[in-house]
Amino acid sequence: MIHQEPFVRVVKRTAISKRKVMLFRLIALAGALLAGALLVALLGYDPIQMYSDMVSGALGNSLLAVNRKGVLAFSTSSQATLKIATLLLVTALGLTMAFKMRFWNIGGEGQILVGAISCSYIAIHYGEVWPQWLLLLVMFVVSCIGGGLYGLLPALFKARWGTNETLFTLMLNYIAIHFITYLQYQPTWQIPGTTFPKIRDFAASTRLPMVLGVHVGWIIALLLAVLVYLYFAKTKQGYEVSVVGESANTARYAGMNVSRIILRTMFISGAICGFAGFMQVSGADGSLTTDTASGAGFTSITVAWLSGMNPLLMIIYSIFIAILARGAGRIQTTMGIPKSAADMLIGIILFFMLGVEFFINYRLIFRAGRRGEEAKAV
Amino acid sequence: MENNPSPARAVQNAVEMRNITKTFGSVVANDKVCLMLRQGEILALLGENGSGKTTLMNMLSGIYLQDSGEILICNKPVTIRSPKDAYALGIGMIHQHFKLVDVLTAGENIVLGLQGKRTLNRREINQKVRQIAQKYGFEIDPTKKVYNMAVSEKQTVEIIKALYRGAETLILDEPTAVLTPQETTKLFDVLRMMKAHGKSIIIITHKLNEVMEISDRVAILRKGEYIATVETAATTQQDLTEMMVGRRVKLEIDRPACARGERKLHVTDLTCVSREGVTKLSGVNFDAFGGEILGVAGVAGSGQKELCEAITGLRQLAGGSILYRYQKDAMTIEENIAGMRADQIAHRGVSLAFVPEDRLGMGLVANMNIVDNVILRSYQENRGILINRKKYRPICEKMIKDLDIVTPGLTTPVRRLSGGNVQKVLLGREILSLPQVLLCAYPVRGLDIVSSYRIYSLLNAEKEKGNAVIFIGEDLDVLMDLCDRVMVLCGGQVSGIVDPRTCTKEEIGLMMTRVGDGREGERA
Amino acid sequence: MSSEWTIFLNFINMAVLASTPLLLATLGEILTEKSGNLNLGVEGMMFMGAIASLGAAYYYEKAVLGLGGTPSPVMATLVAVAAAAAAGGLGALIYAFLVVTLRANQNVTGLTLTIFGTGFANFFGELIGKQAGGFVQVSAPTKAMFGIINFGALSDIPVLGSLLFRYNWMVYFGLVVMLAMAFFLNRSRSGLNLRAVGENPATADAAGVNVTRYKYVATITGGALCGLGGMFISMSSTACAGVWVHNSVNGYGWLAVALVIFATWNPSRAWLCGLVFGGLLVVRNYYPIPGLPMQIYAMFPYIATILVLVFASIRQIKEHAQPASCGMNYFREER
Repeated sequence: MIHQEPFVRVVKRTAISKRKVMLFRLIALAGALLAGALLVALLGYDPIQMYSDMVSGALGNSLLAVNRKGVLAFSTSSQATLKIATLLLVTALGLTMAFKMRFWNIGGEGQILVGAISCSYIAIHYGEVWPQWLLLLVMFVVSCIGGGLYGLLPALFKARWGTNETLFTLMLNYIAIHFITYLQYQPTWQIPGTTFPKIRDFAASTRLPMVLGVHVGWIIALLLAVLVYLYFAKTKQGYEVSVVGESANTARYAGMNVSRIILRTMFISGAICGFAGFMQVSGADGSLTTDTASGAGFTSITVAWLSGMNPLLMIIYSIFIAILARGAGRIQTTMGIPKSAADMLIGIILFFMLGVEFFINYRLIFRAGRRGEEAKAV
Repeated sequence: MENNPSPARAVQNAVEMRNITKTFGSVVANDKVCLMLRQGEILALLGENGSGKTTLMNMLSGIYLQDSGEILICNKPVTIRSPKDAYALGIGMIHQHFKLVDVLTAGENIVLGLQGKRTLNRREINQKVRQIAQKYGFEIDPTKKVYNMAVSEKQTVEIIKALYRGAETLILDEPTAVLTPQETTKLFDVLRMMKAHGKSIIIITHKLNEVMEISDRVAILRKGEYIATVETAATTQQDLTEMMVGRRVKLEIDRPACARGERKLHVTDLTCVSREGVTKLSGVNFDAFGGEILGVAGVAGSGQKELCEAITGLRQLAGGSILYRYQKDAMTIEENIAGMRADQIAHRGVSLAFVPEDRLGMGLVANMNIVDNVILRSYQENRGILINRKKYRPICEKMIKDLDIVTPGLTTPVRRLSGGNVQKVLLGREILSLPQVLLCAYPVRGLDIVSSYRIYSLLNAEKEKGNAVIFIGEDLDVLMDLCDRVMVLCGGQVSGIVDPRTCTKEEIGLMMTRVGDGREGERA
Repeated sequence: MSSEWTIFLNFINMAVLASTPLLLATLGEILTEKSGNLNLGVEGMMFMGAIASLGAAYYYEKAVLGLGGTPSPVMATLVAVAAAAAAGGLGALIYAFLVVTLRANQNVTGLTLTIFGTGFANFFGELIGKQAGGFVQVSAPTKAMFGIINFGALSDIPVLGSLLFRYNWMVYFGLVVMLAMAFFLNRSRSGLNLRAVGENPATADAAGVNVTRYKYVATITGGALCGLGGMFISMSSTACAGVWVHNSVNGYGWLAVALVIFATWNPSRAWLCGLVFGGLLVVRNYYPIPGLPMQIYAMFPYIATILVLVFASIRQIKEHAQPASCGMNYFREER
């Protein structure tokens, strides 16, 4: 009945410096990129070329340049990346509202689409009629309301019966996509005189103005990041969301109306995602397709999680992920590596980041270490 | 090694623990602790809350692994890496918080994790369970699901579980904490019976009268350190206390005499039904007066939690009224708050403070710091949409100073604080709100003696201010010493309200298990 | 037989076929959740199983052909099964390692597994397709292995024959897995231990159950079943039938996660609920509703899922609820 001592024991850390945490996360990121490189190398591709192609494909030779018209603007490659980053950032900010409340809103995709559908309705029907300022204003408002209501629906059931929000919001994604397919078959939405299932392009007056070659949304996104940051750091509502997220029981005990907070927060969460949809159709694409959200609802979860729900860090991570996504398109053409590599790589990065949290929260003590006077932390 | 109990070579030692050390993060839970259990004896392991008793026993039962030190079973050194190892060595532990699976039956719980035939023969298992029960004088229905059981039944399942696995050494962690005096007597009979059958028993406790009653020897721990082992017959309660606390302390709890004030709370016919349709409270009537502490006694799960939640608007009522008298704008208002939600009650300006049982899961936000926790109940008072943390910093600093709260700083999450300090933050915040009724559920659970007495004096101070205090407790001795009146709950009903000065512990014990038998109404 | 009957029987046939990948994945997830792991990566594991089985069968055939032999369809099938189970199991292993050993958040880890698995499958699907010069495809005899079994005379029994004997082997396999799991959970010692692990790991641990091992084994086995569910989609479903289709799993995994709730963590009920959902997935092809556009009709399974979720949350019964520790990680020395 005599056993050996276990080889390794796990002990909770008492404190760890912020610097060490940063270092650990950077190591994990490097490890993930290395694992990705290894995988490509095994498949017979040059990983160094892959990564450098990704970066150059996503950012171009220079970020800003004077274009043919003699105006300062982002380079063509970085424009596309910035558009993706904007979509990711805004959606991640929206999802963060819910995640802080531990409400697993996986329905970013659907909320983006419903926001996009709502403002597309205005764009399609009044695009040629109303002046631009009115169009943009109304499109903005209806996209927020549309996305907000779509976020509110699962929240209603969550608040009343505790219905599983993960699956609820997820199913709403599929419903939204099917609804766009339906719209593609509606004559009023199609290009006049055709029956091809495609929603027609918007009028120029419904498009967001450009700043440095990219629609103005990227500036709004940055402002929004600061706003969301302040919301959580300084406002009562932000405090309430955090308390509900930590423990609904405590919130109720503290005299908070938990249902109202859930509903309010999910409306805001959905509204921000809906706004992202508005920017996508009015700013980036100029039309509505089933690909309008292009998985941003999911990828943004990654952005929100990687940045630890910190709105300011989200700016960096949304650009990082956008470079991956955009760069993957490039390596498909230059090296013949399918662009789905980006999804796989994002998955690997997240796996590593999830894993490293363990080493931030716990330390390992090896058997040999116990002989010494003080156990060695690893 | 002066701390080592004298090695008895003649008698076979069931268990010997030598220089056991265990740390959690920076907390040293056990520091070079030694312990010896002789075969066929009942050893009491005495110590305050937080003295490391449970940690030490968890290492014996394979839940934790010691950082250093040796364990010998029947004089052979062993390494116990898992509960499975412990069972193989004949050690069974009955945890304070029962380790049973709610949705399984007693029989299923008992055979859980055992080796045997791949398929389960439930009839055979239940048969064997009944045999063991008969041998030691237990009553048990092996087919009953655990979630349908009363606390004492669950304890029985736990003990049989250990015996079924052939445990020769039994460890019981605070087994009487959840029992009525009568059930305790019954349990002690069973323990003596087991001793007669040659079992060795360790009973963890902090109650001195029980130590004197049941044990052969007593081992004392203090703040994670081993103090001594003494023969029970050769010691006194006072000596044991001194060894346990480290200095001479008075064991009496103060009960300052106060004139009974006005009626603050008038509860009539309070009835609550759970979501599953089970009646949790029925026809509860009582009053709470200013200048007195009203104790609430009862077996765990008799409706204490529901009572608190009903009064504070956290639970829907099926009927009844709660008249609450309070001052507002120099006017005395008596209002029925039954049916209002907690947020509605708070908006009324009703100064009702509540210290819930679940401190970190309900009373406080575990991951937030002291300031964010102190503003929890009053953040709404600030005008505008912003939250004003600055205003609360000095208030928190004063509270830390006044209540001797030990914390690295204002920004430390409260989950990092020790149990006593967590409770002080919670109670301190509630008192800050200047309540006229203070409702406390198990406010000293898990606290050491010094912290407990600190809490008692804070409650007494509230009483002396003329406020009404409702104290929900589990330790009858404390309830009887501290409170002015004690209301006894049984199965969601009030079985009586008694004056602890004129009533015995056994009488209250009887009322805890039988409704209508106790004296109705008041005797005060 | 009247044409209405034929349509009905065809509908039932197709519903059963559509339910099979759902059933396998649902059973996999039930087993996983019984161990206290809420793995939201079902979709990802199905994707991994789908591409692995297809790729393995394809490379097996290519290798045999390269050696000058004739690939055996039975071998190709076995290779596909092994690969699907291994790939699903691998996904679950990653999940289990992160969640059980490294104590990562279950929700996020599961979602990540879905993102990873989707990327993994599409990546390799396109990569192998490119190397194959267009798209991945297995040989016709292998495809036939995943077609309807020839039961001879049995299939000719009126009504009953077409109701019971007009399926591929995986349909019957799903049924066997269902029965085996029901027996395992209710009648076996390990099943009892597993349930205890999912309900209350600290208790199971104190009773001498190796919690970590049970969690790993249940999660990986569950993942393997999800992988097999994915194999059904890439090999047997009418949409793919042995050809790689981009994003082929397309939400089946998520439906399975919802079905676990619908089935109240009960294998035999999972079979029934799977049938209902299989029916919902194909009903529009057999019973069009006049005036209802096809694209709206296609939303039905998802709307039904939402209704089921709402219904399940309104009436919760203690014994038919999610295992109590589901979603939370267990650390013995937590204080």
